[in-house]
Amino acid sequence: MIKAEAKNINVWYGDFHALKNINMSFNTNSVTALIGPSGCGKSTFLRLFNRMNDLISNFRLEGLITVDEQNLYSKEVKIDELRKSIGMVFQKPNPFPKSIYENVAYGLRVNGINDRRTLDETVERSLRQAALWDEVKDNLKKSAMSISGGQQQRLCIARALAVEPRLILMDEPASALDPISTAKIEELIFELKKSFTILIVTHNLQQAGRISDYTGFFYMGEMIEHDATQKMFLNPSNERTQNYITGRFG
Amino acid sequence: MTKKRLIQKIVFTTFGLISLMVVGILFAILGFIAIRGLHVVNWEFLTSMPEDGMTKGGIFPAIVGTGSLVLGSMVFAFPIGVLSGIYTHEYLKDSWFKRFIRMMTNNLSGIPSIVFGLFGMALFVNYLSFGDSILAGSLTLGLLTLPVVIRTTEEALKSVDDTLRMGSYALGATKLQTIRRVVLPVAYPNIITGLILSIGRVSGETAPILFTVAAYFLPKLPSSLSDQVMALPYHLYVLATSGTNMEQSRPMAYGTAFVLIAIVLIINTAASLLRRYLNKKVKMD
Repeated sequence: MIKAEAKNINVWYGDFHALKNINMSFNTNSVTALIGPSGCGKSTFLRLFNRMNDLISNFRLEGLITVDEQNLYSKEVKIDELRKSIGMVFQKPNPFPKSIYENVAYGLRVNGINDRRTLDETVERSLRQAALWDEVKDNLKKSAMSISGGQQQRLCIARALAVEPRLILMDEPASALDPISTAKIEELIFELKKSFTILIVTHNLQQAGRISDYTGFFYMGEMIEHDATQKMFLNPSNERTQNYITGRFG
Repeated sequence: MTKKRLIQKIVFTTFGLISLMVVGILFAILGFIAIRGLHVVNWEFLTSMPEDGMTKGGIFPAIVGTGSLVLGSMVFAFPIGVLSGIYTHEYLKDSWFKRFIRMMTNNLSGIPSIVFGLFGMALFVNYLSFGDSILAGSLTLGLLTLPVVIRTTEEALKSVDDTLRMGSYALGATKLQTIRRVVLPVAYPNIITGLILSIGRVSGETAPILFTVAAYFLPKLPSSLSDQVMALPYHLYVLATSGTNMEQSRPMAYGTAFVLIAIVLIINTAASLLRRYLNKKVKMD
């Protein structure tokens, strides 16, 4: 089943043509890795799905982005509500300078949910899903700044899960972490796939190979190839994909 | 020792000596004022009225006057400055309008303070008929600090990591929610300390109050906003240049200078202690 789709996507920043005629679709409960050299447009593409590019003043989009067959850029869509329904995890762990509890509860609170029991339940569920509960359950009131970088990133994942997202976007979520924390995040992504659909931008090709079902290769604003990860890594159809994956450029 | 290392050593030693000189100058000023002024400063000096053509007695009304002017100017400048700083930094997109506001704010802070005094006299004292009063003086001082407060607020907001804002937007928060729940809680220690530092500046300003509020000699406390007051910096000026008996009022002048410097130093120290405490608190809870 198709969860999300991009049809005939073109993106400009001012005069710069950042994404060129991209068509991709993403299956429910799959992990898709978006790879490619820096500046190839993969992060821009990722951010189309929660309309974060709208924050950039000279951003312009043509084409159709859908999640659950809803056109994300139609006039009826309220950006705040849309963003709430799409989870995003950033490159650098960015917990708010609040307690662990309040970090996870943030998405609910800003959307008007303040009922104590709902918050308690959601915080526990999300922290469990993010495999962080056992490490922090006795310190929920402690500052999120006091835990390790890897824990902070899992907290940010929990924060995104708390609003029960339809789609999870990850922008190089492990690139600022040590190998052990990275392994934990990868394990977590594997678990989350059972209930969520995940798009992940990564520079780490081994990581893409380990965690993703599908891989899309971007180059200079174009989507060169999109296929099952195994096929992409073992037997890519396009020479440029082959060259990138074998480290000949990028 | 190689030549490269020798050069490095000479350069750093020079830098070090120059920094030391700056500290030295500060201590020289403080020492000079303390030696001349400290002996007249006692409880009575701080809490009694000036007497005998300001050659005896104390500086109590000037302390109260400066205190009320600082307070009045802050009541005016803080809300307007902070809100306008938040607006220009968080809401205004990069455009000619934003650059125009920035440029005007910078220009405002470049205007000599005596010009503010003149403007305050024309607008508040005469045109709005506030007369020479705490109100007119506070508003004039407030205008003077406004650009500093705006700048301070903007700088504090600029130092908030943009990834925090992004994280908040990504969870469906609006801009206002993001500012209120994420940006301000991180930025407020720096905003507050900036404000306190601007208090230090205001309490030492003489020119803006010259034509708007300051009294030459007024040995009573103000009872309303439309009263004139004595103020420390102006009192110092009077004692040093135009007292009735210059020889005898000179020690009083040094005493006043000492009190003024002490107040500013105390305020600045309090500001940096507060900043350290608040920043720690922001990190910890």
